Amino acid sequence: MNDEVAVSVKDVYKNFRLPHEKVDSVKGIFAHPFKKRSKAETQHALKDISFEVKKGEFFGIVGRNGSGKSTLLKIIAGIYQPTKGNVHVNGRLVPFIELGVGFNPELTGRENVFLNGALMGFSNKEIKAKYDAIVDFAELERFMDQKLKNYSSGMQVRLAFSVATILAESDVLLIDEVLAVGDADFQRKCFNYFKKLKKEKKTVIFVSHDMGAVREYCDRVVLIDEGQVQSSGDTQKVARAYTQLFLNQEERTAAAHQGKRWGDTKIQTKSVKLSVTDKLITFEQTIKANETVEDPIIGIRIRSVSGLEVMGTNSRIEGVQSGIWNKGVSRVVTWSFPNILSDGEYFFDPSIIDASSHVYDWWDEASMFRIKKERSLPYPADPGFLIKIAK
Amino acid sequence: MSRYRYSIILLRQLVITDFKLRYKGSVLGYVWSLLKPLALFAVLYVVFIHFLKFGADAPHAAVLLLVGVVLWNYFTEVTSNGLSAIVSKGDLMRKLSFPRYVIVVAGSFSALINLAINLVVVGFFLMLNGVVLSWSVLWIIPLIVELFILGLAIAFLLSALYVKFRDVTYIWELFLQAGFYATPILYPISLVMKASPTAAQVMILNPVAQIIQDVRASIVPTGTPTITTIFSNPYMHMVPIAIVGFLGIISVVYFKNKSAGFAEDI
Repeated sequence: MNDEVAVSVKDVYKNFRLPHEKVDSVKGIFAHPFKKRSKAETQHALKDISFEVKKGEFFGIVGRNGSGKSTLLKIIAGIYQPTKGNVHVNGRLVPFIELGVGFNPELTGRENVFLNGALMGFSNKEIKAKYDAIVDFAELERFMDQKLKNYSSGMQVRLAFSVATILAESDVLLIDEVLAVGDADFQRKCFNYFKKLKKEKKTVIFVSHDMGAVREYCDRVVLIDEGQVQSSGDTQKVARAYTQLFLNQEERTAAAHQGKRWGDTKIQTKSVKLSVTDKLITFEQTIKANETVEDPIIGIRIRSVSGLEVMGTNSRIEGVQSGIWNKGVSRVVTWSFPNILSDGEYFFDPSIIDASSHVYDWWDEASMFRIKKERSLPYPADPGFLIKIAK
Repeated sequence: MSRYRYSIILLRQLVITDFKLRYKGSVLGYVWSLLKPLALFAVLYVVFIHFLKFGADAPHAAVLLLVGVVLWNYFTEVTSNGLSAIVSKGDLMRKLSFPRYVIVVAGSFSALINLAINLVVVGFFLMLNGVVLSWSVLWIIPLIVELFILGLAIAFLLSALYVKFRDVTYIWELFLQAGFYATPILYPISLVMKASPTAAQVMILNPVAQIIQDVRASIVPTGTPTITTIFSNPYMHMVPIAIVGFLGIISVVYFKNKSAGFAEDI
């Protein structure tokens, strides 16, 4: 094997048997000895996955929820065994699938550091040598002799993260996206840590569906969808393929009822049309009144696929009276605004309500669109900045 | 090599943690480890020796009674701990890859520490009772090793079975209850020998019975029947030892086979 390869995943298949009724009692066997024990359905979670991670590489694994990326992660970590194929790790691998695995609330912070460290395979001596650094990084000097159950959840996360990051000077790091949850302050710490890893040329496998982070840190990426490698290699290329997945999904389900929709349907959005250029986004909604409605408030909202509400407004905020809609009347409402959105995928959520917030028709995810700009920022808006440095 | 290093580090930490957690939150803490066998001895003494006059003719019957109970308690603890060892650590199994057997072995060592504390109390009563020990008492060491291997083997088997079949816990509970009375712990085996020598012979082939009688004999050699005296043949020791060896091999093979799938099956 090539010495430069840190992790090689070769022809990995993973099947799960999903029994319809789990036989987990001995009586189950004795009661019906001749019945076929369980009608199991086989789920093919991973099919023929192969890729290599080179030493010193920041390697990304991306995929939608349920794509199989977590299963793959557990196979690389050695928690699950592949049904077929093999995974070879060159050196020692430390998985961060969850922080603070094995933390015990009845033990003190100090005892938990040693327990958690031992679970990752570090001896008392190794931990002792770095103990002060761990406590320093977690900023918990005064609390180390208190029981963990008296810690706030924030303190627990800080301690766990600090143990993980200070101790883990291993050959390969496996980082699940769950690491990057928490408050803004903690996220910043995480991302600083990623930057440090990158600078130190550590081998990192990073699993995420946050394309912003993937674009920023990963040298190469593999995209997993429906248990197979859809695309791999250059980050930009794979990121495009990833966004394409959502577009395909939209085409597939456009005819079907998409997203959540509710309201009393006295007046409804019948159809939507969207056009996106680099400069301008135009959204047209055709609204039809099923009953006579006076001055409904027509609104839109834009959300990113990760759920962040980016912007929105309605006719009342804009100071526009929508007038009386007689039964059966149908009109087109056009919204347009400068395209200041950053790279990514977004939803349009049109709504029609009355002055007392009673909902006529609220349609989440009526339309989905993708913004692809020449550059990508890790923020939702990219209005085109001007910078001037005085001489 | 590094694989075993990991196992040893983990084993050590798990045993320490278990020991620390055992009496967490109790006022007397570790004193309980000593108080439990002391209280047990008091009860046994009052009921069996004082009122029921069990073994009134045999020397040091009270202490030997305590020895039997202490060893049986160890066997119960090891196997019951082992049974739930894997399932109760399911969370850990799903998130980390580590040699699974370490958890079961750690449980056995925790019970062994407890046994050692109990044996200290037993030793204290031996002295109070005026038992004069000879060098034969050193037989206790290989006998405890045999008991440790037996307990560990059963712990491996039960822990892996329990992942698949949750009934195992009830079956084992019944088995232990029956086993307690099928083993000469509360009553002297000489009683059984009088009623039916064959029954006594079958009984003593049970490794736990063999171990308990041998430990008793190593403390008070005169008048304590062992597998050697019951069969008048010291080589009969091979049978319970073979049972232990056989169980050990089966359990390890079964556990090894199943352990790769624990994370998915729990």
